[in-house]
Amino acid sequence: MSQYLIRRLLIAVPSLLGISIVLFTILALAPGDPFGELAMNPAVPPEVRAALREKFGLDDPVMVRYLRWLTAMFQGDWGFSFVSRMDVDTLILQRLPATLIVIGASQVLALLIALPVGIYAATRPYSIFDQVANTLAFIGFSLPTFFTGIVFILIFSITLDWLPFVYQSNINATGLAWYWGHIKQMIMPVAVLGLFQGASWTRFVRSAVLDVIRLDYVTTARAKGLAERVVVMKHIVRNALIPVVTLVALQMPAVFGGAIITEQIFRVPGIGSLLISSILANDTPVIMAVTFVFACLVILFNLIADILYGWLDPRISYR
Amino acid sequence: MKERELRGLIEDVRVGKLSRRDFVRRMLAVGLTAPFATQMLSYSGIAMAASLPEYKPTQRGGGGHLRLLWWQGPTLLNPHFAVGTKDQDGSRLFYEPLAAWDADGNLVPILAAEIPSLENGGLAEDGMSVTWKLKQGVQWHDGEPFTADDCVFNWEYATDPETAAVTIGSYQDSKAVKVDDHTVRVEFEKPTPFWADAFVGTRGMLIPKHLFEEFKGAASRDAPANLAPVGTGPYLFEEFNPGDLVRGKLNPNYHEENRPHFDSIEMKGGGDAVSAARAVLQTGEFDYAWNMQVEDELLSRLEEAGKGKIVIAETGHIEHIQVNNTDPRKEVDGERSSTETQHPFLTDPAVRQALNLLVDRGSVEQHIYGRTGPATANFLNNPEKFRSEKTSYEFDVQKAVALLEEGGWVPGADGIREKDGVRLSLVYQTSINAPRQKTQAIVKQACQKAGIEVELKSVTASVFFSSDVGNPDTYTKFYSDIQMYTTTMTQPDPGIFMNQFVSWEIATKANKWQGRNITRWNSSEYDELYREAQGELDPVKRAALFIRMNELLVENVVVIPIVSRPNVAAVASNLSAPLSGWDNYTWALKDWYRDA
Repeated sequence: MSQYLIRRLLIAVPSLLGISIVLFTILALAPGDPFGELAMNPAVPPEVRAALREKFGLDDPVMVRYLRWLTAMFQGDWGFSFVSRMDVDTLILQRLPATLIVIGASQVLALLIALPVGIYAATRPYSIFDQVANTLAFIGFSLPTFFTGIVFILIFSITLDWLPFVYQSNINATGLAWYWGHIKQMIMPVAVLGLFQGASWTRFVRSAVLDVIRLDYVTTARAKGLAERVVVMKHIVRNALIPVVTLVALQMPAVFGGAIITEQIFRVPGIGSLLISSILANDTPVIMAVTFVFACLVILFNLIADILYGWLDPRISYR
Repeated sequence: MKERELRGLIEDVRVGKLSRRDFVRRMLAVGLTAPFATQMLSYSGIAMAASLPEYKPTQRGGGGHLRLLWWQGPTLLNPHFAVGTKDQDGSRLFYEPLAAWDADGNLVPILAAEIPSLENGGLAEDGMSVTWKLKQGVQWHDGEPFTADDCVFNWEYATDPETAAVTIGSYQDSKAVKVDDHTVRVEFEKPTPFWADAFVGTRGMLIPKHLFEEFKGAASRDAPANLAPVGTGPYLFEEFNPGDLVRGKLNPNYHEENRPHFDSIEMKGGGDAVSAARAVLQTGEFDYAWNMQVEDELLSRLEEAGKGKIVIAETGHIEHIQVNNTDPRKEVDGERSSTETQHPFLTDPAVRQALNLLVDRGSVEQHIYGRTGPATANFLNNPEKFRSEKTSYEFDVQKAVALLEEGGWVPGADGIREKDGVRLSLVYQTSINAPRQKTQAIVKQACQKAGIEVELKSVTASVFFSSDVGNPDTYTKFYSDIQMYTTTMTQPDPGIFMNQFVSWEIATKANKWQGRNITRWNSSEYDELYREAQGELDPVKRAALFIRMNELLVENVVVIPIVSRPNVAAVASNLSAPLSGWDNYTWALKDWYRDA
């Protein structure tokens, strides 16, 4: 097991290096620079832009810039944003809570929908419940989040005036009102993301359970006279969950990565909106940091998924 | 408009025959800026008379929480590093300049005790210096006194090339000298007609010496106060998340009585303009939203909800079409649109005049921009027309056809006009932005009627406006026949604005396309007028020169103005928030209040 872990971690190093090289090169090749806006402003002499570019090392060859970034990264220095001149790690830490709460809650919501609905539908295939659940799931994952987001805003904010559509990281209240304020503003983004995710997971859970439910050992369990609840929970679900766990684990990096479009629509100050505004502003250090952290998380959660397999299914061993 | 006419108008203002506002409006019509017009008056001995905004509250605070929505949030709060206006707007919550520009172009004293004038001795007769008297008893947020040393320090800070301050342009040709603790003198290298640049308006916000002293030059990024401003403004800094949130609370020691009205303030960033408009006008979640780049039709519909209103202030920004003087199809020494070439047909005055007649500004205003883009012939307008109140622009396909016929351009087999084998076929480029694409369609339609073929091209804004030397689609390269965008007049003084047409500013490969003359128009007469204006101290004579330059631009159809782009804000109906087109959106934050 530990050998397996070490091997996996060692494999991760070259892949991360490769990812960082690709990211850095693409960013270096992309048009524009962080001080482009200054060029439009006649009151700012071009020398200022040149001085800033030089000061921030933007005029050096790509290779030199990459190596500088890499060595700094190894020493735990994430650099600073060209746009806000703030340290990148502070910038990311500022944005992390909102993303964790909103995206995390939406994933929980998705699971809360997908597991019971998927399992129940699979145990009664082609029943009315299954048909309805299937139809809704289809609708759910066919509608893109930017569409449902705007529909939600139109209905719940503008027409009914129940919920705010601008997410605020600080709520001007104390005690219960503070919690209520946070919950109120989270309802829409969480619902939009959770329902979308939940819809596709429901389909997945259902088919995974259906695969297992017809196997002989399930029949054996039933023949043994075990209660239906026990059969479903212990014999069916535990086995059916293996592929679901992979799917959910691979989805976890997204919890940290944020949801770019939904965050933009509801103005959630999360990592996703930080990433998109940095991309628009050509703020290389921030883009690099966010995407690189994201890549690390993907690799990490892949590993976690593999390890969880062993726990769920002891037949799988690690060599 | 000649110098004598200008003097006549100024005399009219002095005796009260013409209101100051009308005078300013007339100067706007000939392409000058409002601040420039009022400076003309002040040099002629008519003091600036800023009409103080109405302010009802009779005590400090008590206004509750003020919520501002900037759909692009401020990303840094040091005014000397402000990349865009969003950063200046955010800095303005905490920092203040000596004086600000109001909507009519008057200087309003903020940290200055009075506005320098010839009468009070603030302005030197020879134009070599201006002396500012500072307000007494002003404190920085941390309790330190605000003095002339701070002003001098800001000058040092900005002019140090190592600091790489974007404000350097406002300070580098002058020297700030401390006269006494509350007097500072700005000395110019040469007679400077436009003295109100350093320490004034958007780039004049002052930072405290005692916190930034050690962080001048190369160490400028390390100053802790970059992220936690300590200024003199109406609100004390509380929290800053770049791009997301700026938060402040009432400054109990603010230097003007009964101000500010609000107990706390927040500026939320992110999202898009349309939903920002909704948040103020329709749901009332926010009190104020900035830069409403939204179609007027939609804004009017949102206003019907009754929660808020649209406030508009005139600026010098103009959406215009540039006409290429060089040939974008011929490549000379690795560069198209080279000054070595001549455009095959756009150099023909008949074609230019015809194009000018084919731009239907009325429709563009009516169907696209509405209140947020009044049709204009401004910056190339001529005052007689303005006075007769006739529309100053014309849309006439017949007349355009006649002009082309006269010039020898006759329809070919495919209906496209041609002459000596040259077809009137244009590439018309602009950035991707819905109103611009609609404008393109309107122009194309009229041109087709007149027998001019138009090919439309739209480039992503981030590429079009970039300064990327390797990209052929940037606006400064101008590899098309005509192109359209908004030219902004960020400077209150038209001097920098007007250098867009001098020959030494032509954008070429040699200057990495950084030159400001993008149409590559070359006129020795214009150059001469510009040089003369640079050294001219008498603002009236200078104005006459600028007006003559404008006339040259009109006569030659160097550019075709379409609509002017005022500053547009969405404001809650009970909020009073003076807006100015010559300063930041938040320039008068101290005077904002909510009617009970």
